[in-house]
Amino acid sequence: MIIRRSMKAALLGVSLALFATGAASAKNLVYCSEGSPEGFDSALYTAGTTFDASSKPVFNRLVEFKRGTTEVLPGLAESWSVSEDGLEYTFNLRKGVKFHTTSFFTPTRDFNADDVIFSFERQRDPNHPWHAYTAGASWEYFNGMSMPDLIKEIVKVDDHTVKFVLNRPEAPMIANLAMDFASILSAEYADKLAADGKMDMMNQEPVGTGPFSFVGYQKDAVIRYQAFADYWGGKQPIDNLIFAITPDASVRLQKLKAGECHVMPYPAPADIADIKADSNLNLMEQEGLNVGYLAYNTQMAPFDNPKVRKALNMAINKQAILDAVFQGAGQAAKNPIPPTMWSYNDQIVDDPYDPDAAKKMLDEAGVSGLKMKVWAMPVQRPYNPNARRMAELIQADFAKVGVEVEIVSYEWGEYLKRSTEKDRDGAILLGWTGDNGDPDNFLAVLLGCDGVGGANRAQWCHQPFDDLIQKAKTISDKAERTKLYEEAQVVFKEQAPWATIAHSVVFMPMSAKVSGYVMDPLGGHWFDGVDITE
Amino acid sequence: MIRFLFGRLALLVPTFIGVTIVAFGFIRLLPGDPVLLLAGERGLSPERYNQLMEQFGFSEPIWRQYLDYIAGVLTGDLGNSIVTKKPVFDEFMALFPATVELALCAIVIAVALGIPAGILAAVRRGSVADQAIMGTALIGYSMPIFWWGLLLIILFSGILQWTPVSGRISLMYFFPQVTGFMLIDSLLSGQKGAFQSAVSHLILPSIVLATIPLAVIARQTRSAMLEVLGEDYVRTARAKGLAPLRVVGLHALRNAMIPVLTTIGLQVGVLLAGAILTETIFSWPGIGKWMIDSIARRDYPVVQGGLLMIALIVMIVNLTVDMLYGLVNPRIRHT
Repeated sequence: MIIRRSMKAALLGVSLALFATGAASAKNLVYCSEGSPEGFDSALYTAGTTFDASSKPVFNRLVEFKRGTTEVLPGLAESWSVSEDGLEYTFNLRKGVKFHTTSFFTPTRDFNADDVIFSFERQRDPNHPWHAYTAGASWEYFNGMSMPDLIKEIVKVDDHTVKFVLNRPEAPMIANLAMDFASILSAEYADKLAADGKMDMMNQEPVGTGPFSFVGYQKDAVIRYQAFADYWGGKQPIDNLIFAITPDASVRLQKLKAGECHVMPYPAPADIADIKADSNLNLMEQEGLNVGYLAYNTQMAPFDNPKVRKALNMAINKQAILDAVFQGAGQAAKNPIPPTMWSYNDQIVDDPYDPDAAKKMLDEAGVSGLKMKVWAMPVQRPYNPNARRMAELIQADFAKVGVEVEIVSYEWGEYLKRSTEKDRDGAILLGWTGDNGDPDNFLAVLLGCDGVGGANRAQWCHQPFDDLIQKAKTISDKAERTKLYEEAQVVFKEQAPWATIAHSVVFMPMSAKVSGYVMDPLGGHWFDGVDITE
Repeated sequence: MIRFLFGRLALLVPTFIGVTIVAFGFIRLLPGDPVLLLAGERGLSPERYNQLMEQFGFSEPIWRQYLDYIAGVLTGDLGNSIVTKKPVFDEFMALFPATVELALCAIVIAVALGIPAGILAAVRRGSVADQAIMGTALIGYSMPIFWWGLLLIILFSGILQWTPVSGRISLMYFFPQVTGFMLIDSLLSGQKGAFQSAVSHLILPSIVLATIPLAVIARQTRSAMLEVLGEDYVRTARAKGLAPLRVVGLHALRNAMIPVLTTIGLQVGVLLAGAILTETIFSWPGIGKWMIDSIARRDYPVVQGGLLMIALIVMIVNLTVDMLYGLVNPRIRHT
């Protein structure tokens, strides 16, 4: 133990020396992150906080999201082609890409096809030596995106060509490969760790090809990275990137004001006005790629009648909710996908807020004296900062049309589980933040027939809608897919399985000295291309 | 003394078993489970849910899980965190020095200020000083830690800029963790200004964490002193013409210290509870916040392992306090 510790101290000493090189003139950017990463092997996890600290600074993927958009660009793959039948994706890998040289690993070769095969096979193949390298490795995102069913095999064509063979055509495949779980690790580093009997270090001391190399992590306190001089995309303007873990939003703001950090995420809504007034700070904002909704159980009477659902939707005063719950930092949602997503159908007209008409429609549907439950989430989410308050407002709105609402809530895990049950009582408040910017990630996951009893909380299986989204999945032409999704949104609006409530706005305060920061619609925090003036 | 020690150590065994049952049972009594939380809004198919429950060992009968846990504890293995996948014991040891450092500073402040304040209030009973001390103690005792911490940050770090906002040391300093205690490590690092930086980062959180124990110790010292000051032997000492300082300092204080010492021992629990909030506000990487996060995520191994370690430490501290009685007051000598 002592020997291990002193070895570690020595290694750290080397990295400190590296880190301190040119410290006098070094440009340090400090990011007051909101929490600790669970680990540094991003494929093991699902939390954005973990991705911010692992996949985003340290790793690359075959394809990357263009900063600030959900458009997919070449990453470690310079180009790719898709076979006619949509079943084979061939990637031509970038040459001359270096892995990080750190105090704990010195690569002897450049990035190649073996690294790609390793990064995916360890998640896919239960017999792979790295499949269960750490206790409880469940590869949740890989499984959640249905990759095990989707991928038939991954073939190394040559050192710089890799082919993914699928079991069925899947248009969102490319977008999936830009996600954090698809980060490319070094197979050489893995071999070294396995030979040294230190496989668990893969999750503690990451080695990637990304813009920053990992220097050290002091649990729950600080993470340090260094700009990677040989980065294939060019060296970063800053020298060192430091995450100062600061869980409390008010304290983060105090640190930002005191100059102890330069960028912070998730300000408290009450502080926004204060931040705007401070000339030393900049406040960036962007519509989040999310939606907050109220899902009826469309399999239970009277919510099996679209007319009843539509009437209730017309009874909700969304503007009042935006003012009270989002404090203005949001916009009313009319579609199940956010306006920043491609294929958003802006032609759709939202149901007007009209309690009188709603009451009349309920009467026509033969519904009177209706008593129902509205479920309020016990946690805050970007798509719903205060579900209890939202439920209360809906309760008051529904009372005006003669519907009596009982608000219920459960512990979060229980809430998530019970809300998936097909015989669930009433309507639930929930929401979604996009994973990869593909409309399929909202429409199929949340409203497809496959999702009934799972993520489809409205328990809504409507064949005309499902046909459209299933067809869109198999076509690779974006214009054609857009048409199908636009049509699907029309069907959604007519059938009204949800009351779409709001898309929230995400704020990002930073020091006025920081330049080049681009907000990510997917909610991640990236520091490549960011500069700071001292 | 030895017999007493063995007697107390023997008592630790059933207490320890009780703690394992409570630690194991407590987190499982809460609704929800770690697998559901892992899945989030996406949800899980029942097959995948069962598969994960099995993988984590939660599909075994509860008694079996308990026996596995005990078997692990006896061999020094507290299991791995479900969230970070790392050994619970390693995580505990990485964070515990930070909590101890903060708690020690807080208790030093609480004792160094609380006991003299309590003595002063007792000696000057009914005076303005007494009322001011007891009034302040009452306010300190009722202070919501979260609010108090933020208030101090805004005043001393924000407006006056005397102290840093949060963290353990300035990010400028970067050296290996040798002991885990930042005050010691900063000295060992030999880096100029590191120790001062560590001290300046300790001031506010220590004051915040010391607030409640300080109030409790001051009140306890006052009431114990008042009781002792009314005793015959104190009157005798005074009648003999001993200097008042000697009467209070030697005759009265030593006897009054026993209940005070017990109170100080009991503050260990209070400090660990207070550490949860203090650590969150001051971004202090200790076990308080670690435990709270783990409860929220239903990270069973961390909660049951962490609780066990904390309970063990509280038991050891209380045993040590019992041993100290004899040193402070010769009338209580364990034979």
